[in-house]
Amino acid sequence: MKLYNISLNNLRRRRTKMIFLVFGLTIAIATVVALVTVLQAMNADIANKLDEFGANIIVTPKSDDLSLSYDGMTISGVSLDVQKLHEEDAKQIRTIKNSENIKIVAPKLIQPAKIVEPARLKGSPPASEFFQRGAGNGAGGRDVLIVGVDFPQEFQLKKWWNVRGQRPSTRKEALIGAEIQEKLQLTIGQSFELKGEPFVVSGILEPTGSQDDGIVFIDLKEVQRIFGKPGELSLIEVAALCYDCPIEEIVRQTSEKLPGAKVMAIRQTIESKMEAMHRFELFSYGISGVVLLVAALIVMTNMTASVNERTREIGIFRAIGFRQTHIMKIILTEAFLTSFVAGLIGYGVGMGVSKAVIPILTMNGESVSLMSYPLLAFSVVLAIFIGIISSIYPAYKASRLDPTVALKAL
Amino acid sequence: MSLIRLRNVHKIYSTGKEQVPALQDVSLNIGQKEFVAIMGPSGSGKSSLLSILGGLSHPTKGSVTVDNIDVYALDVEQRADLRREYVGFVFQSFQLIPYLTVAENVMLPLTVTAYSRQEQGSKAIDILEKVGLRSKALRLPDELSGGEQQRVAIARALVNQPPIILADEPTGNLDSATSKEIMDLLRVLNDAGHTFIIVTHNPENTRYVDRCIHLRDGKLCDGDAEGEQLDQASMRDSIASMQPKI
Repeated sequence: MKLYNISLNNLRRRRTKMIFLVFGLTIAIATVVALVTVLQAMNADIANKLDEFGANIIVTPKSDDLSLSYDGMTISGVSLDVQKLHEEDAKQIRTIKNSENIKIVAPKLIQPAKIVEPARLKGSPPASEFFQRGAGNGAGGRDVLIVGVDFPQEFQLKKWWNVRGQRPSTRKEALIGAEIQEKLQLTIGQSFELKGEPFVVSGILEPTGSQDDGIVFIDLKEVQRIFGKPGELSLIEVAALCYDCPIEEIVRQTSEKLPGAKVMAIRQTIESKMEAMHRFELFSYGISGVVLLVAALIVMTNMTASVNERTREIGIFRAIGFRQTHIMKIILTEAFLTSFVAGLIGYGVGMGVSKAVIPILTMNGESVSLMSYPLLAFSVVLAIFIGIISSIYPAYKASRLDPTVALKAL
Repeated sequence: MSLIRLRNVHKIYSTGKEQVPALQDVSLNIGQKEFVAIMGPSGSGKSSLLSILGGLSHPTKGSVTVDNIDVYALDVEQRADLRREYVGFVFQSFQLIPYLTVAENVMLPLTVTAYSRQEQGSKAIDILEKVGLRSKALRLPDELSGGEQQRVAIARALVNQPPIILADEPTGNLDSATSKEIMDLLRVLNDAGHTFIIVTHNPENTRYVDRCIHLRDGKLCDGDAEGEQLDQASMRDSIASMQPKI
């Protein structure tokens, strides 16, 4: 027989009281598990939704020369003539401390230019009135805004873009906004000339309601080449997934990396949602704390009652040669075993509640997996921690019982 | 040679401002394999003396040595170890653990030793055989008679093979026939080499002992101090003196 056999036998004898203790601790653990799971699911939900909001940080050169309205906002300091940002800067953004939060870095070179219809390709539609008018004005084409972009990053950033035709796949293919298409009467497959070089319209953006509708998007490297500005950038759009960290912190870190640049956070509606989320998090932690405290008190009361009921028994143990540490081990083993069981059941109940609640809270109909080993381990460890901590005093008290008083017979 | 020595032992209980002396200047020697009865009226300090002998209660003054070990110079955990190795306790109300079987109760002192489960089991069965309860090893204490429960308690006290057995009114809760059985058993075990010190009110029990120590108001009565062996005649006188005078 070992000491834990004494603990096990006692638990069996005091079954009802132990069930009550397990029940109390189970409710506490289930509450914590449910809150943690719901929080995780809601955070993940917000993180997913962040993608749909595009960039939330804009990096521009520090300059007061010009201001440029882009994407519905005024960006000051974009100098179209003086190079301030470089592709190396875009790479630097990915090296900040919170780099894991940086999801997309979309560099851009913005250049005003004239485009003209080149010699018509075989089978292409007739020259539009637009080009004819432009040519008639002697301007050699029409002024448009050319934006050189990294298409993969750009499409990732702007999930709302719908492209008629094909996404540009070569350097000589362009994506044009709906407004440009309307004004220039360009169609898919039609070519135009920019700086004397031919480009083909591979796709047309569905109207977005933003400035993108009036822009010609071409591969960044190609724009840099034809305008003679290799490596240069006008601005960098960054999408940071920042549901669990302050966006200001990422802005600060980016500013440190790019001292020659101006880094700005774009206020978005997601922030208010994140703020609400943070409040809910604080509320959850508060509730968890209170519930765990109540559970700890239940355990302590129950264990103290158990010790009081077993005064004589503890006196016998001491009389026959059990050390004080042996008495503590017996009591703490009982606490360990009941807490372990409460941790397992609490996890199950908590996950059950989460499964029912999460689809309602996230409103996306998604549910959660019922098995999360880290959370299971967390539940069991938390339950054992609460159980043991709350039982230390009763166990200590038991171990210090005067055996002669405990036995009374002596 | 003395196995136990008490020197000028005092025990004073403090209850608020009041100080109650339970033992006063008690000195005595108890030899190996002796069978000693501690007798005296209620409140004379018998149980206090037994507690101090068993290393359970610190004397207010004086020293106690067991096998030349100064018991109260040890810390509380070392005294627990000493009890485990040197002392077995038998109580008036048996004090068995109700949720453990007879065998488990007997094994109890071995649970905090290095013995394996098998060794513990075989030792428990051997000792239950000696007290005639092997067939009831898997019963719970509640299923046994008072005499049987006291046999289990004796078996538990003996399982570690301690040299000293302290028994507080071992027959106090038993009828006379069962008391005789228990005292016969203790005598056999004493003959086997254990030193027995029992607290008893029952003068009949003194027939089994080598020596009686009489306590009155916390003091030893004359002649009990230094381990005098009672001859049979004086023992009879002693028994006679303890008989109720009707």
